Amino acid sequence: MIAVRMFLIMTVITGILYPLLITGVVQLTFPEKANGSLVIVNNKTVGSRLIGQSFDTAIYFSSRPSAVSYNPLPSGGSNYGLTNVTLKKLVEERKQKFLTFNQIASKTVIPSEMLFASASGLDPHISPEAAFLQVDRVAKSRHFSFNQKQKLRQLIVKLSESPQYLCLGEERVNVLLLNLETDTIK
Amino acid sequence: MTINDLIQVFLFFFLLIGITPVLGNFMERVFTGKKHFLQPVLGWLEKLIYSFTGVSQKDESNWKSYTWGLVVFNFIGFSFVFLLQIIQQWLPFNPARFPGVSWHSAFNTAVSFMTNTNWQGYAGETTLSYLVQMTGLTVQNFVSAATGIAVLLALTRGISRKTTDKLGNFWVDLTRSTIYILLPLSILLAVVLVGQGVIQNFKPYETIHTLQGSEQIIPMGPAASQIAIKQLGTNGGGFFNANSAHPFENPTPFSNFLEMLAILLIPAALTFTFGKMAGSVRHGWTLFTAMFILLIAGLGIALYGEYSGSTVVGHIPHMEGKETRFGITNSVLWATATTAASNGSVNAMHESLSPLAGMVAMINIMLGETIFGGVGTGLYGMVIYVIITVFIAGLMVGRTPEYLGKKIQAFEVQMALIALLSPCLVILLFTAFASVSHAGLSGLNNAGPHGFSEMLYAFASAAGNNGSAFAGLNANTLFYNLTLGIGMLIGRFGVIVPVLAIAGSMAEKKITPFSSGTFRTDNSLFIILLIGVILIIGGLDFFPALSLGPVIEHLLMNSGITF
Repeated sequence: MIAVRMFLIMTVITGILYPLLITGVVQLTFPEKANGSLVIVNNKTVGSRLIGQSFDTAIYFSSRPSAVSYNPLPSGGSNYGLTNVTLKKLVEERKQKFLTFNQIASKTVIPSEMLFASASGLDPHISPEAAFLQVDRVAKSRHFSFNQKQKLRQLIVKLSESPQYLCLGEERVNVLLLNLETDTIK
Repeated sequence: MTINDLIQVFLFFFLLIGITPVLGNFMERVFTGKKHFLQPVLGWLEKLIYSFTGVSQKDESNWKSYTWGLVVFNFIGFSFVFLLQIIQQWLPFNPARFPGVSWHSAFNTAVSFMTNTNWQGYAGETTLSYLVQMTGLTVQNFVSAATGIAVLLALTRGISRKTTDKLGNFWVDLTRSTIYILLPLSILLAVVLVGQGVIQNFKPYETIHTLQGSEQIIPMGPAASQIAIKQLGTNGGGFFNANSAHPFENPTPFSNFLEMLAILLIPAALTFTFGKMAGSVRHGWTLFTAMFILLIAGLGIALYGEYSGSTVVGHIPHMEGKETRFGITNSVLWATATTAASNGSVNAMHESLSPLAGMVAMINIMLGETIFGGVGTGLYGMVIYVIITVFIAGLMVGRTPEYLGKKIQAFEVQMALIALLSPCLVILLFTAFASVSHAGLSGLNNAGPHGFSEMLYAFASAAGNNGSAFAGLNANTLFYNLTLGIGMLIGRFGVIVPVLAIAGSMAEKKITPFSSGTFRTDNSLFIILLIGVILIIGGLDFFPALSLGPVIEHLLMNSGITF
């Protein structure tokens, strides 16, 4: 019967040969990216550049709030609507926590992404502004000298990615990479 | 909004309009069997498929056997995906050792991917093996899109041919759409996406120790090959639960731009293909313009809603359910495009959009997925509206309505109304049913009007074969898996069968020569009439339901009320 044969050959072409072809090509051309952009430090895999991690100790820059606590199985957002009372409470709590944790003036405008959970729950980025607001706290908890603190600021500038190809997307800093580099400041 | 936001939006539409005639022209050559540049490269594959299946290119069928072939082929696909999920624990390429899926979830997912809806009641990274994702879902991504194109081609032939009952060969249409259009574009897109960081491998999940010393399990898999076709074929079913918000599925703003363009690429170009095949390129552009106006209008309202923010959470604008790398504008542009086209992939959580932006998403779906719409499906849906429009215009001037030289008579109008009303029926009746039943209400994640919107969105998404969701709704239950599955079937075949019937009936008619009394379907007056008909007939049905959901939520939110 034509329908069965057609289904079989389509399955072989689009379901087996096509994914294998793509896998073959990209494993040769972009092996590091095809395998998850893993970050390896001292022969140990410490994460993926693309998958955010939870940072709650004072010596590290914090990531965004996450509805799945940065556990990728499975990914997802909070799915709270804007009239949800829980969301309102959470945002208020996060605001207070960010202010006290980083010891900043209560009038400071906190970048939106630090108060709201991401869509994937795995957002690896924050805005450079959000990183700068955390510099004092990170430096203090690491007992950094003035010079080291300056290096920390320069690090944020260095790691900030501008919009891609001049105009696409937003300015951002990868929190995992920032924290890895922070560990190397002497 | 910044200048940069505007530049991105402008660039997006500039490219979309620019590519439309190029790709549209190429597709016309493919579908009419003319010579084209991919024939020397892939012609052997087309021939191989015909010789393996025993299809003869010359054999053409009438509308009934065309429909029959389509339905049987789809049913085989459904059965295969259904079985594959049930028995995945005994099959290879299941490194995470997932157990078999429950029968109702398997039913829902199989229907979902066969009907080009790609609603996800499951979370990919914690439910399905690589084998199911590849040989089950990826295949349906291709062939369900090709099925949509095939129906459009049959309708186009019905309009352009005269006094015949032959509408073409379903198998040839299916093969050509897959081999020459979907496959080459997917290969290109998949490789570029991996270059941006999308994963593509067969490795087991990677357990790592984070900087702070806790454990994190990072999922792996052949994602890029599926993501490319899920964007191009207006499918939308992600490899991961968070869909294209997941950094492995959409890692950079550039990957985001390409995936977003891929959503509208083929549906937009098909307007040109249709115009050319039906004998009036100008009419093709007319349809494109009507769609474009509706798209921009929706985008404007959604951006306004999002940038005016929410007084409740006191932060303007808000980033709940959005990714830092994309920001607000790219999230809203995607949300508008993915619901206008019946794609349904997301790069931000629609549930957490402002009520106005969420409403635009719903309206886009409720208008029958005709604002560019699904691959093929969008355009044949639009032709249904065109038939209604010329019928109404004919009534107004007292002439027998004609469309591209074909008389529109009682049968065509009846079929057009069935195609229009079947999805409406699903959306309104099923939502009503869910909102008074315990099984329906127990799945809600939000209270108040937003909870109602969750159900309304779910059934709209199913009936419109969109697949996006207000994802807080816990839809992986017996009740929702079955009702949404049935909704998807009605929304798909309740439109395809009447459309093919119209194609069959129109093919048998003579072509009436164009005269000074013919109502023109290629000028701005027609665009205005068509948009009017779409909004009144397609949109007004849903006004009461929308009032109970997003409209009232918007008003209450601005008075600071929470639930």
